[in-house]
Amino acid sequence: MLTDVQLSKLRWRCRRGFLENDLVLERLLKARGHAFTDVEHDQLCSLLALDDNDLWDIIAGRSSAFPEGTSDMVQTLRSTLTTH
Amino acid sequence: MAQTIHKYDAVVVGAGGAGMRCSLQLAKAGLRVAVLSKVFPTRSHTVAAQGGIGASLGNMDEDNWHYHFYDTVKGSDWLGDQDAIEFMCREAPKVVYELEHMGMPFDRNPDGTIYQRPFGGHSANYGEKPVPRACAAADRTGHAMLHTLYQNNVRNKTQFFVEWMALDLIRDSEGDCVGVTALEMETGEVAIFHAKCVLLATGGAGRIFAASTNAFINTGDGLGMAARAGIPLEDMEFWQFHPTGVHNAGVLLTEGCRGEGAILRNKNGERFMERYAPKLKDLAPRDFISRCMDQEIKEGRGCGPNGDYIQLDLTHLGGETIMKRLPSVHEIGKNFANVDVIKEPIPVVPTIHYQMGGIPTNIHGQVVVPKNGNPNTIVNGLYAIGEASCVSVHGANRLGTNSLLDLLVFGRAAGNHLVETALGSKAHKSLPADAADYSLSRVAVLDNSSGGEYPQDVANDLRKTMQLHAGVFRTQASMDEGVEKVIAIDERAKHLSLKDKSKVFNTARIEALEVANLMEAAKATMVSAAARKESRGAHTVDDYGDTPEHPLGRNDQEWMKHSLWYSEGNRLDYKPVNLKPLTVESIPPVKRTF
Repeated sequence: MLTDVQLSKLRWRCRRGFLENDLVLERLLKARGHAFTDVEHDQLCSLLALDDNDLWDIIAGRSSAFPEGTSDMVQTLRSTLTTH
Repeated sequence: MAQTIHKYDAVVVGAGGAGMRCSLQLAKAGLRVAVLSKVFPTRSHTVAAQGGIGASLGNMDEDNWHYHFYDTVKGSDWLGDQDAIEFMCREAPKVVYELEHMGMPFDRNPDGTIYQRPFGGHSANYGEKPVPRACAAADRTGHAMLHTLYQNNVRNKTQFFVEWMALDLIRDSEGDCVGVTALEMETGEVAIFHAKCVLLATGGAGRIFAASTNAFINTGDGLGMAARAGIPLEDMEFWQFHPTGVHNAGVLLTEGCRGEGAILRNKNGERFMERYAPKLKDLAPRDFISRCMDQEIKEGRGCGPNGDYIQLDLTHLGGETIMKRLPSVHEIGKNFANVDVIKEPIPVVPTIHYQMGGIPTNIHGQVVVPKNGNPNTIVNGLYAIGEASCVSVHGANRLGTNSLLDLLVFGRAAGNHLVETALGSKAHKSLPADAADYSLSRVAVLDNSSGGEYPQDVANDLRKTMQLHAGVFRTQASMDEGVEKVIAIDERAKHLSLKDKSKVFNTARIEALEVANLMEAAKATMVSAAARKESRGAHTVDDYGDTPEHPLGRNDQEWMKHSLWYSEGNRLDYKPVNLKPLTVESIPPVKRTF
C-alpha cells in the first residue's frame, strides 16, 4: 500500500498537458490507485516522467519504447484505455 | 514565520509557449528569470496544440500579412483591436523563422521550405479562397514548440521552479506589481518571489466548463490572481467552441482534419456546410461551424439514436494520408469513440476549447486598466501573455493557428519590451511589509476549515452550471439564471473544507486554491455574458437574432466595446474597441458571411 504522500504525488503527476492522458490516468487512479503496490507505483512513476506525446504513444499502443521494467503497467494502462 | 524570499529580475508564471517564449527573450539578454510552473514545462497545455502556427509565408500559394490581418479582423467579428492584429500578423513570419532557426522541426516541402496547410477562416485575397497558412510539425506542433523553447531556455540559464503554484500578486502602495507569492508543493510552504516585473502566462480557464477539450491543469490561475488584485478581466463572455470534440469524451480532433479535406455530414449524409458557407464550406471559422452544427442538431438532422451529434467524415482521404498527416486523429477515434476513421465517420460535437478574453494588455504585454479617464493605463511591473491575456487579437472569435501565433508574438514582444526598457539596470522596488499576508490567510482558512464542502464537489457543480447557462446555445433568460446560480456557488466556494490538513504534497489544498481561481473566471464569464445584449462571434444568444438593423444579431451601435469585469462588487465597465490599425486603413465592420 502507498503512503498518502506517495498517492498525492502520483495524483498530481497524473495531471498532464492534454486531456487524453488526463482521462486515462484518471480512470486508472479511480479504479486502482488506492491499491497500487510499490512495484506498480515505481513503474507508473517511470512512465509519468515521459513527455505527454511519448506517454500517449505508449498507452495508445503506437510505441513500444517504454522504460525498462514498466511493461506490466503499460499493459494496465492499455487495458484501462480500451475499457470504455 | 518569515517567508523565504527569492529575488529575480523577472518572474514568469506559467511555462507554456507564451511563458517560455518570453523567458527565453529575457534570459538571452542576461536577465535573471524565474519561471514558476504547476507541472513540468513540457507538460504544459501548449503540448496539446496540433494544427499549426498561422503565418503568411506564402510557401504554397500567394499570401501576404494583410490577407491574414483581414481574416483575423473578420474572424474576431470586429471585436479585435486592429492595432494588435496588425502587429501580430506582421510579426508572424518573423517568429516562425526564429523558431525554425532554434531547431523547430517543421514539416517541409520538397524544395526545403516550410510546408503549410489550410485552416478554417484563413483566406487569400480577402475571403476569395482558402489559403495554406498553417506551419506545422505533423500534428504535434505544440509539442515540438515546447521542446524547442524549453531546450533553448535551459541553454540560456532560465531558472525553473517546477511543481510550484503561484497564489497572489504583490502590489505596493502605488499599485505597482513587485512580486508574487507561490506555494511549493513538495513542502507546502508559501514563499515570496520579489521581482522587478511579473508576467502572467498561465493559460486559460477551460475547466470552468463540463465539456472541455482543455487539460485538467487549465484552471485560470493567472485570471484569479489578477481579479483578486483588483485588475479587471476583459471579454470573458467569449469562449470558443471547437466544432470537432469527440462526442461524450471532449477529446479534440484537430482542425487540421478539415484542412486536409475532412467533411462534416448530418444524418442524411449531407455536406451541410455547403449551404451555410458556400465559399469556405468546412473551412469556415470555428464559431460559425459550431453554430451550424448546433442548428442541424436542433432541426432534427443530428446523427445517432438521440440525434445529438454530427459525423466528421475522413474516409475519402485514404488510410495513407490519414496515417501520415493525421495519425493522432486515428488513435483518438479508436480509443475514445471506438471508430476507425479510415473506414467510418466519427461522432463530433462543439466543445469548449479556448478563452478569447483575459487580462487586458497592450501590444507590449503590459497589463492595462481604466484610470483617470484613460481606459488603458499601464500597471507598472505587470505583464500578461498568451491565453491568459486579452490584447485583443481574437476579439469575439479566434481563428485556428492564431493561438500559437499569439503566444509566440506577444511572449517575444513582452520580453523585448522589458529588455528595451533596461530592466536589468533598474532597482527592485521594496516589498510591502505584509507581502505574503493575504496568501497566508487564504491558506490558513483552508487549513482550519471544517464542515464545508469538498473542493471537487463545488467545482463539478460550477462546471455543470456553466455548461448549461453559458454553453454554445445561449438565451437571455438562461444566462440571467446562470448569474444567480454562479453567485450562489461562489458563496459555497468560500467555505470549502479539506479532509487532509497535511502540508507535504497536499493536492486537496492545491485543488481548493484552484477552485478559487475557477470561480473568478466563471463569475467573469457569466456576468459579462448576461450583460451583453447582442450576438457576436462566439457569444450567440437566441434572443438576438438576424434583423436588417442588427445582421446576425450584432449590434455595433451599442455593443462594439470590450467588457471589463471586476471581482470587487461583481461589476462591469466597458472600453472602446480600437478600430485603428498601426499603419494601414481600418477594416470597416460588415455582416460576417462566408
